[in-house]
Amino acid sequence: MAQEIRNYTMNFGPQHPAAHGVLRLIMEMDGETIVRVDPHVGLLHRGTEKLAESKPFNQSIGYMDRLDYVSMMCSEHAYVRAIETLLGIEIPERAQYIRTMFDEITRILNHLMWLGSSGLDLGAMAVFLYAFREREELMDVYEAVSGARLHATYYRPGGVYRDLPAQMSQYHESPWHKGKDLKRINRWREGSLLDYLDAFTADFPTKVDEYEELLTANRIWKQRTVGIGVVSPELAQQWSMTGVMLRGSGVEWDLRKKQPYAKYAEMDFDIPVGVNGDCYDRYLCRVEEMRQSNRIIRQCVAWLRANPGPVTVLDYKVIPPRRAVMKESMEALIHHFKLFTEGYCVPAGETYCAVEAPKGEFGCYLVSDGANKPFRVHLRAPGFAHLSSMDSIVRGHMLADVVAMIGTYDLVFGEVDR
Amino acid sequence: MSDTSATSLAQQLAARFGDTLSISTVRHETIAEVAGADLVAVATALRDEPTFRFSQLIDLCGIDYLGYGQVEWTTETATGTGFGRGVEGQAQGRFSWAERPAGGHAPRRFAAVSQLLSIEHNRRLRLHVFCEDDSLPLVPSLTLVWPGVNWFERETFDLYGIIFDGHPDLRRILTDYGFVGHPFRKDFPLSGNVEVRYDPEQKRVIYEPVSIEPRVLVPRVIRDDTDLMQARAEAADKWREN
Repeated sequence: MAQEIRNYTMNFGPQHPAAHGVLRLIMEMDGETIVRVDPHVGLLHRGTEKLAESKPFNQSIGYMDRLDYVSMMCSEHAYVRAIETLLGIEIPERAQYIRTMFDEITRILNHLMWLGSSGLDLGAMAVFLYAFREREELMDVYEAVSGARLHATYYRPGGVYRDLPAQMSQYHESPWHKGKDLKRINRWREGSLLDYLDAFTADFPTKVDEYEELLTANRIWKQRTVGIGVVSPELAQQWSMTGVMLRGSGVEWDLRKKQPYAKYAEMDFDIPVGVNGDCYDRYLCRVEEMRQSNRIIRQCVAWLRANPGPVTVLDYKVIPPRRAVMKESMEALIHHFKLFTEGYCVPAGETYCAVEAPKGEFGCYLVSDGANKPFRVHLRAPGFAHLSSMDSIVRGHMLADVVAMIGTYDLVFGEVDR
Repeated sequence: MSDTSATSLAQQLAARFGDTLSISTVRHETIAEVAGADLVAVATALRDEPTFRFSQLIDLCGIDYLGYGQVEWTTETATGTGFGRGVEGQAQGRFSWAERPAGGHAPRRFAAVSQLLSIEHNRRLRLHVFCEDDSLPLVPSLTLVWPGVNWFERETFDLYGIIFDGHPDLRRILTDYGFVGHPFRKDFPLSGNVEVRYDPEQKRVIYEPVSIEPRVLVPRVIRDDTDLMQARAEAADKWREN
């Protein structure tokens, strides 16, 4: 007796541990094989771009942190750079080095998060714990400069919020941190922030070795990633892919090298490129990028140590005067007041500024009509473009490979949905 | 991306497309405006011809030019007559759905803007397409040229109501299931239209008219000293040296 077999539709997410937030997939399945997949996004849509239109320029920097909430400062960088381009201001060298350094710290933060969570998705519990150990140390660097572990609002048009602290904050004795343990976590924190980063970057390559020990030759990891989600270089370009999704397919394209911004032109680093364009190659690229970021941070630390100087432009139409000055100067007080109430007006015009964010090209298209608020801000999120190719890539894969694919896209729904 | 590459791109575009494109170069960025009717032919040429090879469409977004350059506070005459404290105008965030500004008066209100990238030549190009009819904004779809534009066009349709002719699957993407209106249009209130809450009596989530009062803290102003010339002149001020 012939039995009729029909495809069925399956719902995945939005509340699923492997959905990396709020992704909902409607999948048409033939047994365990994917026939068609329709991602539903927008469950985290907050209208960031519209909100930015109703506020002075500076008040939207904080929203940028909340887009891609694991690579905060890189999103800030694109927005702030777009404003600076329209204003026509050039920021001091030291601020550019600080931005370069923090972009790379952010890259490590992002890749560690990626490594941990996509390892977890594919059944490797331990990597998650290892990765978060180092993430914690870098989060302290964020906190040291901005006071916030995640949403820093550290980059400002005209420079950065303040110079690097001369004393790294230390842990105090508490029921949770005491004795030998306290001594261990404070061992790098005796000196300045740069001393701390020196110690961290000297140590970090061995930590990357540890992650690789767990995954690179791991049979299960390779079975789940090798040959899965293969993206050809042509496909990657057709589907607007950038960052590791493009480089994993063998296209040598990195904005830090090709269209350098901040101080990347002066940095010595390599761009890892994949061969097969599968999930495993993209994993290798990301791990190597962490090592390269580590190199860049070391170069920045060395330069910043040797070259003190201003970290903002001295243009009080954009950057507030120092508090001590405001006590004595009427002019400074007026500027401070105007800056924090009305903000500054940006000359009419439009620009598109892109940075190589950890996930790919993060761009900010800014249109100003000369007012103190942007007329239009559009944020080009790499994850949005990547996810749109989901259907064409996972067709014919098994259900479990969809999870590997969501992982390798490095999705964060803050930026996909905006 | 040096200045010369941007100028040479502008020259190459002018030589190839003539009057089809109106080209400008601002701050090393090349911007070309194209009519909707020519868009697909121009895009295909830009992708395939060896001089251009824009293999990637990086981004596409909409713009609503309603209220461009309008302010709520006049700043030029203010010093002669004293500042007005009242804020006039209907800028973003200052009106509810019932009192939204009448749209459709601005000529060429909607535009779709795409950012192209040539990996081979390492350069970018921005394409502007204005919609002819403000009441039914229509732009040809680029999905057959760059498949990756699919979601960007869906997003632009969702947020601005620009219809992409020839798009295979023009559904809403970012807004809620069953959403009414196009929220990024300048005549759509910032606080939105409806809000949701759980109703314990009906034991389900219900939609209600929004209860948020429109409120904006900072008026929208345009000042002409924004070129920072004044700031530069003042840069020698004593207090800065501290």
